[in-house]
Amino acid sequence: MSEKVLMKGNEAIAEAAILAGCRHYFGYPITPQTEVAAYMSKKMPKIGGTFLQAESEIAAINMVYGVASTGKRAMTSSSSPGIALKCEGISYMAGADLPGLIVNVQRGGPGLGGIQPSQSDYFLATRGPGHGDFHVLVLAPSSVQEMADLTVKAFDLADKYRMPAMLLADGTMGQMMEPVELPEPKEVTADKSWAVTGTKMERKHNIVNSLYLKPTELEEKNIERFERYKEIEEKECLWEEFMMEDAEICVVSYGITARVSRNAIIEARKQGIKVGMIRPITLWPFPKKALLLAADKVKSFLSVELNMGQMQEDIELAIQCKRPVGLCKRVGGMIPSPEEVLNSIKEANK
Amino acid sequence: MSNYEIVIAGFGGQGLLFSGKVLAYAGLLEGRELSWLPSYGPEMRGGTANCNVILSDTPVGSPIVDHPNVLMVMNAPSLDKYEPAVVEGGKIFLDSTLITREVERKDVEVYRIPATQMANDMGIPGLANMILLGAIIAKTGCIKEEGIEDALKKVIPARKMDLLGSNLAALNAGKEYVA
Repeated sequence: MSEKVLMKGNEAIAEAAILAGCRHYFGYPITPQTEVAAYMSKKMPKIGGTFLQAESEIAAINMVYGVASTGKRAMTSSSSPGIALKCEGISYMAGADLPGLIVNVQRGGPGLGGIQPSQSDYFLATRGPGHGDFHVLVLAPSSVQEMADLTVKAFDLADKYRMPAMLLADGTMGQMMEPVELPEPKEVTADKSWAVTGTKMERKHNIVNSLYLKPTELEEKNIERFERYKEIEEKECLWEEFMMEDAEICVVSYGITARVSRNAIIEARKQGIKVGMIRPITLWPFPKKALLLAADKVKSFLSVELNMGQMQEDIELAIQCKRPVGLCKRVGGMIPSPEEVLNSIKEANK
Repeated sequence: MSNYEIVIAGFGGQGLLFSGKVLAYAGLLEGRELSWLPSYGPEMRGGTANCNVILSDTPVGSPIVDHPNVLMVMNAPSLDKYEPAVVEGGKIFLDSTLITREVERKDVEVYRIPATQMANDMGIPGLANMILLGAIIAKTGCIKEEGIEDALKKVIPARKMDLLGSNLAALNAGKEYVA
């Protein structure tokens, strides 16, 4: 147990990554995630790691690809428009079955959009950020503590399943400070016998590659990958339930909006409304089973998010449209107040 | 103890985020639940800036303060913006050197402190923020006075630690002004 320290969410990601054994960071500045790069630039040289400000976002993700193929933990971070640029490299990593961490501290879009918090990359993250059939693990922290804990978790899961992981935060989570208990430093123990580390003339060549010109071989690769995804969906879903025991309305929210919703739910309970929340911690895999189980108990769902209703669709799919799913949203960098969420809860209670 | 939802607002460069950090670190040392959220973005020296600090006995939900019970303001536009948001019975601490207008609300407690003038007279220009903070700590008890020095040592960068004394003097001046 280490002592609690006060850190910005972005700094907590960086420190947790180092404690998780990441020694290679490649980035390119963009608000509101620049503190990740700033922290790495100070710390990495002191511990024999690599900090490199690449010439572009695309270069940075391809450097992650390069390090990942040698079996070392590597990461990059950016915000929404920069993540869009990285999608090519993320797809290549998925195609080559390479683990690695991509941090997305979201801001409003589309285009250059704005710099205030957003969750409008939900689709981009959960549908596979890039071309081709694939997924990345998507973890959505809702506190500075989770910024640290889920960074470690993301590296571990990425290694375990040989695939990229994305930490999907937002500007508020990145900029705010909270007390955080940093994780213990650890050795990376995952099997990386596939890595290209030099054969020393003692073994066959390992090949890390995403090009398969034989359709039969490529089909087989895709099918194998989706078998793995199925296993992940069964084993790795994370979520938290809040006041769900007797709930008639189920709020579904993650990240900063889950915190606003928490305030609204406490107030609604004071007014006698039976409302609770399921907070997805992994957005892919999405906690479908938990939601489907809840659908048998509650009258309706309310998706609270910073986009035009992207997760709302996943809730409808998860609960097989058994109950109505309302939406409480703000976009463009705006965040709903607890009163706005409370009003939506009251609307759902009518 | 009760819950403090604090907004600190004014111009960039007045040490607003720093003031918030002092409260946050003091809260951390007391083992309180807390959050600190800055405005971020195209702000620059002279532009508007603010930070939200919550000090609580229970886990902090939203870190965004919509209705402060303590407001510290160091320019007129921030008073215009946040005066209507303060809860009934809340406390407003303003720098009366920089804000000449009266607070219109009658249902809040107002402390007018000529902090910028006082800082200049004391030969510590730039520490008006700490004078206001001293008044806030004295009048609200949002953090314990005995923890302030340790909090300051965490917030002041090592290369500027020679300013610890001036910061403590400024806090004390604010406290005495409202005594």
